[in-house]
Amino acid sequence: MEGSLNMLGYGIATIGPGLAVGLIFAAYINGVARQPESQGRLQPIAILGFALAEALAIIGIALAFVI
Amino acid sequence: MSVIAMSAIRAEGFIPPGPADFNLPPLGHTKDTAPTFDFMGYAFFAGVTKPMLQLALSAILVFVFFYYASRKRALVPGKLQYIGEAGYGMVRNSIVRDNVGSEHFMRFVPFLVSLFFFILVNNYFGLFPGIQFPTASRAGVAYALALIAWLVYNSVGVQKHGFFGYLKHQTLPSGIKGPVLLLLIPLEFFSNIVVRPVTLALRLLANMFAGHILLMLFALGGEHLLTMGGAYIGAGLMSFVMFMLICVLEMLVMFLQAYVFVLLTAMYIGGALADEH
Repeated sequence: MEGSLNMLGYGIATIGPGLAVGLIFAAYINGVARQPESQGRLQPIAILGFALAEALAIIGIALAFVI
Repeated sequence: MSVIAMSAIRAEGFIPPGPADFNLPPLGHTKDTAPTFDFMGYAFFAGVTKPMLQLALSAILVFVFFYYASRKRALVPGKLQYIGEAGYGMVRNSIVRDNVGSEHFMRFVPFLVSLFFFILVNNYFGLFPGIQFPTASRAGVAYALALIAWLVYNSVGVQKHGFFGYLKHQTLPSGIKGPVLLLLIPLEFFSNIVVRPVTLALRLLANMFAGHILLMLFALGGEHLLTMGGAYIGAGLMSFVMFMLICVLEMLVMFLQAYVFVLLTAMYIGGALADEH
């Protein structure tokens, strides 16, 4: 079997961004549940936060292949 | 012997998919016979590859769709016109107008609408039967798209504020004074000018790349388990079920990545055009 430990490390490293993305969407769902009319304003903010948190996982995958 | 070690021994002969599987040879060649050229010490394939054809095909598809959708422009829209208008309206209202600002957003609607549908079609090529290769999983495609977005948002910023005004606008956070600026200005420059296009490209690239590798892993692994026979057939079938579920997840991710790419581009344009506070 082939493979490298990098991938194992990357799998562990995704815990951080995974938690972050979960927290962002939890906050978004909370906000919409409390005030449904605010969905239009919250949605781009939530997706921007999601994209920024996800960037860490993406830098991780790039490093997992490079190192 | 531990369970992991045992399963590792049994899986001998299976070659997991890797980054090399994305380096497709030019059409009509295999990897061994393809002509190559040297660029900065690396050997690259010379010739027309599948992602190149996909790029051209996606441009033609998007053009033909919107040409026919907007040709009649009837007051009561037909099916095609309705779909075209719904897609155009979604990008224009919920992405461009909300993020660029309602004053001068119309200037950027043609660019951002075509960018969105171009990326969307290219991403869905990853699941389209017979093609099944997401174009943006090649680094060159993603970096070129991000470079276009970078040029657009910087040039509109320079156009509005002037060169030094724009630099000040992007690197000087308002309301902050004192020696902390020595730290903050290089950091803001790095974050707003240098890192933005890289993360924009890497986000699209890595999502398409990782999604495609996941699909290949479950398809090839399932095939390998099925050919091993015996008790492995059940595991192989489970692997194919997972493959189908991940296909559904990928459909969501592919849409989301096109959306996020255009949303961030619109936000950067809006940020570059914003007035001083």
